Amino acid sequence: MNVLTVTNLTMRFGGLTAVNNVSFTAARGHITAIIGPNGAGKTTLFNCITGFYKPSAGSIAVSPEPGKAVQLEKLPGHAIARKGRVARTFQNIRLFGGMTALENLMVAQHNRLQAATGFGVLGVLGIGGYRAAERRGIELARHWLEQTGLVERADDPAGALPYGAQRRLEIARAMCTEPALLCLDEPAAGLNPRESAGLNALLRKIREGGCSLLLIEHDMGVVMNLSDHIIVLDHGKKIADGTPAEIRADPVVIGAYLGEGEEDDPDAPVAEHAA
Amino acid sequence: MAYALQQLINGLTLGMIYGLIAIGYTMVYGIIGMINFAHGDVFMIGAFVGIIVLTALTGLTSVPLGLLVAFIASAIICGVYGFSIERVAYRPLRGSFRLAPLISAIGMSIVLENYVQVSQGALERAIPSLIPGGVTLMNQGGFVVQLSWMQLAIVIVTIAVLAGFTYLVTKTPLGRAMRAVEQDAKMAALLGIDTDRTISLTFIIGSALAAFAGVMFLLYYGVIDFYIGFNAGIKAFTAAVLGGIGSLPGAVLGGLLIGLIEAFWSGYATVAYKDAAVYSILAIVLMFMPSGLLGRHEVEKV
Repeated sequence: MNVLTVTNLTMRFGGLTAVNNVSFTAARGHITAIIGPNGAGKTTLFNCITGFYKPSAGSIAVSPEPGKAVQLEKLPGHAIARKGRVARTFQNIRLFGGMTALENLMVAQHNRLQAATGFGVLGVLGIGGYRAAERRGIELARHWLEQTGLVERADDPAGALPYGAQRRLEIARAMCTEPALLCLDEPAAGLNPRESAGLNALLRKIREGGCSLLLIEHDMGVVMNLSDHIIVLDHGKKIADGTPAEIRADPVVIGAYLGEGEEDDPDAPVAEHAA
Repeated sequence: MAYALQQLINGLTLGMIYGLIAIGYTMVYGIIGMINFAHGDVFMIGAFVGIIVLTALTGLTSVPLGLLVAFIASAIICGVYGFSIERVAYRPLRGSFRLAPLISAIGMSIVLENYVQVSQGALERAIPSLIPGGVTLMNQGGFVVQLSWMQLAIVIVTIAVLAGFTYLVTKTPLGRAMRAVEQDAKMAALLGIDTDRTISLTFIIGSALAAFAGVMFLLYYGVIDFYIGFNAGIKAFTAAVLGGIGSLPGAVLGGLLIGLIEAFWSGYATVAYKDAAVYSILAIVLMFMPSGLLGRHEVEKV
């Protein structure tokens, strides 16, 4: 069963249709990439899948574990992480800058820890299963700090970390929600080649850990090298869907995207400004 | 010297009460970016619950037990008020234009004042001093410096409450959730935090702190009326702004400073102009430090 099934998804902003009747699936345990020129509707699609927007039409089904399905578009925002087990990162980093790196990772485990505190009361008194839960939480946080090479910076304010470290911390925070599907919005943006290679290794490790990935990426090197499956969007519509080799050879994709230059397409509708 | 010491004691005691109320203002401002003008009236209701409980229990229990019951009852009832105020007056207006909840808050403040005026009467109500006596710290040429047991109790209770509160905010999941919602509510929701519940809890905790302040105000002055919330609320709000609104240590620092300014101005200049002195200092501080003493500089997100 696929981890994500998007059916006839449409998102309109007033008169502008940013995503038009898009359907696709993401297989469990795979890295699925969404590519397309600027303004193709990638980020809008992403925002729908992660509950940031409520889609105008269509459905998004997430299967956090085999044999279980959740209709994402019907969940309230805060339930998506818990019931749908979908986590995401942002193109423009949204860490809690005033909190330490470790605290950022602990916030991501809020639901489990809060339940263990007996809704605050036992937590204040420091009794019950809370201490054990807190220790487990710190263990999980430490695991992801190690994976992202940030153990030494655990007690630094997140806002004071260098850019590349903030990107990795955002991934670590998303992983601390223990997601079934991790959505990454341009994870390689602004990284140098060495950091980019480190990111590839990190994402592969996450996939091996059993988490499926969905990513938007402009860096074709990252996409072709990493993805199991690629979906190409243009002007809000899906124009191709296949393995990296198929996409590379697809004449429609080459015409719409690779051939025209991926960074500055003057005719592209500015659909993503609303994101 | 002895006189100054006495003013210092008086000012710190008063400042602690202001600080406790100021925390409620600063927390709510931090988490939803509005000034809860009804907060001073929650403080007033806390004082009234205190006087009702203490009057009812007079003669029935020992004084410490009576005080404990008064504090707890007041905190619970004010918590319910805080929760309801947010649900009724602020939540429906969230996402509306910025002035809407502010006007709603002022309306809520008027409702609460008049409700207490009608139900409890407009006259001042008094209780006898429950913790009489004190300790003489210094006797200088006939001027006696006194630290009353009441003042000592207020200082100890405030420090205990602040310690518990600091632990809650810095170390528990709830505190982390509150700080996360304060910094980026939408992101916090994406991580699975129920922002509505976190905001409700913020109001409940802030109101419970105001309740403690209300009961202590009652014990300290012995006299309350339905209008005490206005003056104390404005002072505490000033304290929150002086310390840097949004900053919890700032609220306490601001409260202490305002208590001290009031006490020293009353002692060395004129009682009549003590409020003018407080607001003048506020104006001067804001001229040089627009975000208050411990406030963060607002960085506009682009």
